Parts: sequence; C-alpha cells; structure tokens
Amino acid sequence: MSSKPHVIVIGGGSTGCGIARDLAMRGLDVTLVEQGNLTHGTTGRMHGLLHSGGRYAVADQASAKECMIENRILRDIASHCVEETGGLFVKRPEDTEEYFQKKLEGCKECDIPVEVLSGDEARELEPYLAKDIDKAIRVPDGAIDPFRLCVANAASAEEHGARIETHAPVVDVLKEGDEVVGVEVEHESGPGKRVHREPGTREEIRGDYVVNATGAWAGQIGEMAGLEQEIEVRPGKGVMTIMNTRQVDTVINRCKPKGDADIVVPHETTAILGTTDVEVDDPEDYPEEQWEVDLMIDTLKELVPIIEEARTIRSFWGVRPLYEPPGTGTSDSTDITRDFFLLDHADRDGVENFTSIVGGKFTTYRMMGEDISDHVCDKLGIDAECRTDEVPLPGSDDFSVLRDYMDEFGIRSPIGRRSAQRLGSRTDEVLDYDGPNPVVCECEAVTRAEVQDGIEGSGSDLNAVRLRTRASMGNCQGAFCCHRMAAELYDEYDEETAYTAWDELYQERWKGERHAMWGRQLSQAALKYSLHGTTMNRDKDAATTDTVISDFNAFDTGVGASPSDGATGAAATDGGKRGDD
Amino acid sequence: MAIEEDVIVIGGGLAGSIAALEAADSEASVRLITYKKSTLRHASGLIDVLGYLDEEEPVADPFSAVSKLPDDHPYSIAGEAAIRDGLDRFDEAVGDTYQGNHTDSNALVPTFGGAVKPTARYPAAAAAGLASDSREMLVVGFEEITDYNASMLADHLAAADVPFAVDGVELNFPGTYANDSRVTRFAKRLDNDEDVEYDGQTMGAREALADAVKPHVGDAERVGFPAFLGDEHTAEVRSDLERHLGVDVFEIPMGPPSFPGMRLADQMKDALDEAGVHISAGNPVIDYETDGDEIDAVIVDSKGREVPHYAEEFVLATGGLVGKGIDSDRDGTVEEPIFDCHIPHSEDRYDWFEQEAFGDQPFAHFGVRIDEGMRPLDADGNPEFPNLRAAGAVVGGTDTVTEKSQSGVSLTTGVVAGQRASERAAKREVSQ
Repeated sequence: MSSKPHVIVIGGGSTGCGIARDLAMRGLDVTLVEQGNLTHGTTGRMHGLLHSGGRYAVADQASAKECMIENRILRDIASHCVEETGGLFVKRPEDTEEYFQKKLEGCKECDIPVEVLSGDEARELEPYLAKDIDKAIRVPDGAIDPFRLCVANAASAEEHGARIETHAPVVDVLKEGDEVVGVEVEHESGPGKRVHREPGTREEIRGDYVVNATGAWAGQIGEMAGLEQEIEVRPGKGVMTIMNTRQVDTVINRCKPKGDADIVVPHETTAILGTTDVEVDDPEDYPEEQWEVDLMIDTLKELVPIIEEARTIRSFWGVRPLYEPPGTGTSDSTDITRDFFLLDHADRDGVENFTSIVGGKFTTYRMMGEDISDHVCDKLGIDAECRTDEVPLPGSDDFSVLRDYMDEFGIRSPIGRRSAQRLGSRTDEVLDYDGPNPVVCECEAVTRAEVQDGIEGSGSDLNAVRLRTRASMGNCQGAFCCHRMAAELYDEYDEETAYTAWDELYQERWKGERHAMWGRQLSQAALKYSLHGTTMNRDKDAATTDTVISDFNAFDTGVGASPSDGATGAAATDGGKRGDD
Repeated sequence: MAIEEDVIVIGGGLAGSIAALEAADSEASVRLITYKKSTLRHASGLIDVLGYLDEEEPVADPFSAVSKLPDDHPYSIAGEAAIRDGLDRFDEAVGDTYQGNHTDSNALVPTFGGAVKPTARYPAAAAAGLASDSREMLVVGFEEITDYNASMLADHLAAADVPFAVDGVELNFPGTYANDSRVTRFAKRLDNDEDVEYDGQTMGAREALADAVKPHVGDAERVGFPAFLGDEHTAEVRSDLERHLGVDVFEIPMGPPSFPGMRLADQMKDALDEAGVHISAGNPVIDYETDGDEIDAVIVDSKGREVPHYAEEFVLATGGLVGKGIDSDRDGTVEEPIFDCHIPHSEDRYDWFEQEAFGDQPFAHFGVRIDEGMRPLDADGNPEFPNLRAAGAVVGGTDTVTEKSQSGVSLTTGVVAGQRASERAAKREVSQ
C-alpha cells in the first residue's frame, strides 16, 4: 500500500482533470472517475472560447481579471490546444456608445490589452463583418480545444501516477460515520480503457479525500453522500451551432450587455455560433429546440451576414453548472454569477473528507484546480507547491517550430500541418508509425497513426477517439469515416466490438446533424444515409439488426456456380433467362 | 439555330439515361441535358429492385413482392410489367457486363460494410461473391486502403451465418506509394499493369498482386477485393488475377469514388451515343417557357446566356436530395427548383427527421408524386403539365434506401417516362 494520501476526484471535465493533474504533480495518489468519456459533461459541450475576460469586464471584473491571467498561462502551458485568434467586441449602430465606452474602460481596469478599431479597420481584419458595424474593441480572446486540453491534463496526471477511470459512474459515496471514505463505481465495460461489450463490474475505491467536481451533476453526488443540505446547482442549457467553414478567423462578440446569440468563435475548420441560456431541471434530459438554432442564425447574421446563406453542419447543447449560494435568489439564470465556489462539506454539512467545487468557467479551470488542490493539501496536512501554471502539458512543451511533416512522414503538407497542430510536441511520437499511414478522415485530415494513438488512449470508444482526433467532425459528419474508424479498431478488438462502436458513433453524429437538416447539409445527410443504407446495407445488417436471413438458398446462387448445400436452386425454378418477352 | 427535339431529358443519371434510351428506341429525337457528374459515381453499381418490405426477412422475389406495396408506391403506379421493362432496357444497354437476369430471384451480395444486400443485377465483376454460393471465400484488404478491414468484414459475414466459410487477410499493395494515395492510384496501376518492385523483382502489378495473395488462398475457391480492379480494363485485370491465383476473383462494391458506379456511368454514356441521343453536358437547366398549359422549352444557362431548348415532351430526372433535384431551406421549404413541381412535405423542418439515424426518415420520402404516365402531380392530384414526366430519385413517396429499391425505381420510372414521352411526341407530330 502506498503511504501517500489518496484523493479521489469525481468528474472528468476540465475542472476534474485539472485537479487530478495538480494533485498528482504535488505527489499525491490520485484516482479520477468519470461516468462517460473525458469531457462527457459540460466541457465537451462548449464553444471553445478562451476568454480574455472582455465579456465580464463590465459586470464581473473579478472574473474578468482571472480570465486574463489564466488566458496568458494557457497560451504557455497548453499551446497545442490554443489558437491565438484574437477577439473583437463589435458595435452595431443600435448598440450604445455608452456601453462601448464602459467595455473599453472595464477591459483597461482588468489589465486586458485593448485596441479600438474603426468599422473599416475591423472589416479589413474580418471581411465578412457587416457593413454597418461602427467600430470594435480588439482583445486577446482565443480559441481552445476543450477535448485536447482535458486529455492532456489527464495524460499529465497519469504520467504523475494518477489512475484515470472513464465510463465508471459513481453509484455510491462510501461513508463511515460522518466521514467519506471513498466511492463505489460501476465499471460499465470493466476497469481501464473502455471496451464495448465487456461486462460491467463494481468496485469500491477507498481514499483519504473525495473531491466532487461533477459540475451540473454535483447535486446527485451530494445526495449519495447524504448531505443534509442540497447542493443546488442550477443547470442552464445553451445551444451551439457549428458552421461548415470559418466565416471569421477572429472571435466576434457583440458589444452590448449580455444576451443570446452574441458570439462567433472560430474553431478548427469550423465556426461556432453561441448561445442561449435557459434554466433546465435535469442536466441530462432537456429539450433541444428549433428556435434556439434559428435564433443563432437570425441574430448573428447581424454581425456576419454571410452566416444566413452558409451551411451549418450540426448543433449541440451544453449545460452550464451555475451555482449560487443559498438565499441569493437570482430569478434570471443569466444573472447568476460565473464565479466558482468551494463547498467544504465538513464545514457546511458536517461530513468530513469531502469537498465539492461548483460554478466557475472553463477558462479558469486551472486556477480552480489550484485552489481546490491547496484546500485538499491543507486538509491532509501536506505542504506542496502548485506547478501547473508553469509546467507545459504533454504536447505543449518546446514546440515552437512546426516542421514540414510532408517529407518526414510521407503525407501531404496540409495533412501533416494539421496533424502537427493537433499533436503539438507529440507529433514525432505519434506520426512515426510502423506501416502505411493513410488518411482515415479526409474532412479533418486525420491519419491512421493519429486514430491509433486515440484508440490507445481511449479503448474501443470511437466517440472518445473522435474527440481526441477530430475524425468524423467535419462536413460529412462521419459519412466517409465512421466505418474506417471502426476498421481501425480491429485486430485489437473483435468484430462485434468494432461494429458496436461504429453504430454508436454513427448515432452520436446523427444526434447533432439533425439540427442542420436543410439545404446542402440535408443533401449531405441524404448521401450519408444512402451510403450506409443503400451501399452498405447497415440498416438491414443481418448481424446487427432485427433482419434475419433464414434461407440463403432462396436467393440467386449465380450462373453456373454450385448452390449451397441442400439448395433446391432458385435459379432453376424460375425458368431461366428472361429478357426476350 | 434553335434546339428542337421530340424529347428532352434533364439529368444524366441512371433514370435519365434509361428514359433517353427508351425514347430513342422509338425513333424520336432525344436530347439529354446533364449538368454535373452523375451521382452514379457515388453508387455501388448494384441494381437493387426491391430488397425489403416491412418484414424481418429480405425479399427473395422482388416481382412477387410488388403486390404487397402500397398503392401510391412508384412500383404500384407503374406496374410490375414496367419494372421488367426497365430491367430489360438496362440489360440491353450493359450486355454481359452485368448478371442476374437468369432469375427473378434477388441475389445477396456482400457489401463493404460487411452486410449482405439483396439486389437484382450485379456487375459480372461481383458475381463470384454471391452469398448463396457455398464455396469458401477469402476477402482481401489492403493496409493502404482504410474503407474496410478484411478480417473484420469476414468475421461479420460469418456473424450473419452465411452458408460458406470465409476468412480475411490484410496485405500491403505491391509497390511503393505515398501514404495518402487514393484508390484511383491502385486501380490505375492494375489497369495499366504497371511494373512494380515486389519480392526483390520487377514485375507487372497484376502478377505481383496475385503473388501477394496466393499464400493466403488456402481452400478458398473465390477471392474478393475492394472494387478497384482496373478501370478501363477491368475484365482483363480480373481474368489475369484469376489465372495467376487459380480461383474466381470478385469485387466488393465500395463507396465513392466507386469504380463500378463510374464504369456503369461510362456504359450508359456509350449506350446513349450508340442510340443517337444528343447529349448537352455541363450547363444547368434553370427555367422553362410555357404557353400557359404545356411546357414549350427549358432554359439552359450556358455560361450566363439563357438558351431555350424546345421539345414536345420533357422528362425530369434531376435526382433527389443528393443529386440536388430537390432543394430545401431552413424556413421549411422543400422544392423542385426547375418547374416548382409540388413536393408534399411538412412546413416544420423538425418533422423531416427521426431521432434514430436509421429510423423511418421522412426526408427520404421527399419527391414528386406521379400519375401512371409518370407525370408529376400538383397539390390537387392533377398533372403539373401535360408534357412533363419524372423519373428516378426526384420521384418520392417511398424510402428507397430502406427498401433497397433506388435503382429499380430509377429504371422503372425512367422506362415508362421514356416510353410515354416518345409515344405522345410521335402522336403530336402526326397530328400537326
């Protein structure tokens, strides 16, 4: 047994992964458990904005300052997850000059570097901005890949000895008297990497301290721990609509007080429109509504008119884990603070060795991790420094020059470049693949080597491979690569596992595509339906669907070929060649 | 000089080609106007007629199953004889490059997705792969090609209880290739039998491929490859491989770019040329002229110049959602863009799809409704125009993907549209 204190972190989003990394780097024994794959919850369902703090610079300056500090740190330690796009707060004629000035002053007060651009200057930077944009404030917003960031944090934690268990929902919080002593998880596919169709087992994981970093799900974990006082997270849903291409290369914010549909974030090959904010009862069961998608397009076309004619490839929804201390009583969920709260349940509920972290925002995940790690160390009497603000994440160390990967790995330059952008300093290690390395996903330029690296990291879960690599996330939404990704699973996994993973990925893609079913994307979806239905016949696959073929001999056995055993010979019974009647 | 024909067909896919061929058989002057490359290049090249009713078992005899279809199904409207006519015209056009016409029964063909699919006609190149054939099978895949893994495909066929032993092997394609070589590169190498370095020797690509496969054949009596065994010289490539290997060789139909689909498109083009059909390629039909009742001409956008093409009869074979013969918009519009033919649909686009990816998808039913002359009907059930007929995927009312009936519907509606158009054009000429 290890003499190191053992901390269990529940939740594999940005906060949980950040905490796991921080504690592991401080020398603690860490186990992270996550009900789905990493980023399954809110982290995987955001627009990918690396805040400069500009959005909070008027109403919530404390958050704004934190964002700017963390923004600088992430550019450094997570360079392979960040694209330094810059951002604009654009003012339309009907938006007030007064607010524009407030925003400008607010940013300055929060140490956010700003530059005022005229309408023409802004359009020179972003030609698709509306002609009637008056002016803009330029800020250091960026785009960040939340999947890559989480995976990198988890990988770093593992390098420091942590155990990461995905697809392991907590079914009970273990207590002895008033002390939390661990959790019981259900390994949906057995412990370790996810493998489809492997039988589930339950495991009791004992620890010295448990951190609840489950965001919108925090209340459910609190209930399992028998807390007297509910953890009242107020989940707010928001839609994000993905465009097929980058209409803008800079983050575009509307310069007016908070509102729906006021941001466009360039993200990889796409641009993401966001968002709405509607309080919901259940973070896992809420309506995904047409009006939300329409609102994105109809409102944001005021900033970037081409959006109305452009093609969207899917929409998805996320749930913000908003929290406010009991008694605050904010009626409009959009007014709830974006600050985070550390709830030590010893102080709050008389339950020892158990803390929840709620609220907060993605950009400051590392700072939240540092705070809670300080707290846990304090409780455990450990004196160890946080180093997550200076040690680069795996993939982000010493990687300043993107080399030309065409020569080295025999892949065309654009593919090599995009692989390198995703993999950062891991590029050499991943692309140095033994054997042919063909492209698996053409839309996103993902080669076999990268897919295999994803499988190595996440098991047979193709949705997790997708998040790691972006394979199947482009225009065709997996039409041409779901099956190819599944084929990459075989030999390591058997046929049944590979097909189950394929079907699961195909269905997951459809879930978001449905919200883009008009015009060219409907045409694209019809092609996909036809390829997987007509050409492959997967909708009537006798091995995986209700379809059965009980008598192969009732069918054409071919001209002159031997029918299968016992065949009566369908060819013989029908009277031979037709065509002259 | 103004372009004037008896029959103008708009759309150069399977339906348009068959309609034009059928019309040309009657001595009518026929022009086929095609804009973009046919969606045949996406298609497997298999000619499905009817594979499934709403039952567990696939359809063994599509002709006897037609009577079980609803009255408004394109097959019910056209009739069983029309289905046979369509296949006959197809068989005539493709000759012995296709098989399946020796029986009314469907064949079960392995797909690259690992399932078997009921189909009525299959390329001769696919014939040795039939799933009702009891001979042992080897499936070959290549490390350089990602579309399927041969062993996984073989295991999946076995999981469907096919009546033969099947094994798979993944090989390197002989020779050296850039990592991102496309399937067309390999096809070309076989087509031209280019020299490759294999096993320390220089030899033709076909022989090298056979040498690579040979050690794995074992007791198999037939060997399946991805459908890239040549392009222009596919029969030679196959017979060379068969000679080297001493067993039958077949192709497994693939997705885009699909060689069987492209070969079929080429064959259709040849048949059209031979039948004397005029082909105008590369420009879209954007509008039409009418005397208020009949269509006088369609307007072709020829690099910005609007050129009327006159005819007695017109066939709309512009395709469905994939071929862009049907358009849709976020505001709930679903339209046929040239003649604005009525397409039944919900105004709420959230009614167009089902939650399950392979659920009963309403969008798959989008298309014009037709009368027995294949004429598109307006909202009241009357023909939109006396002299406009529709064929192929622009015709809706059933989900041809789940039924596996897309090609059959194209042939059937195409042949009837072509027949009726030429008959009526001839009558009018007589009466004029």
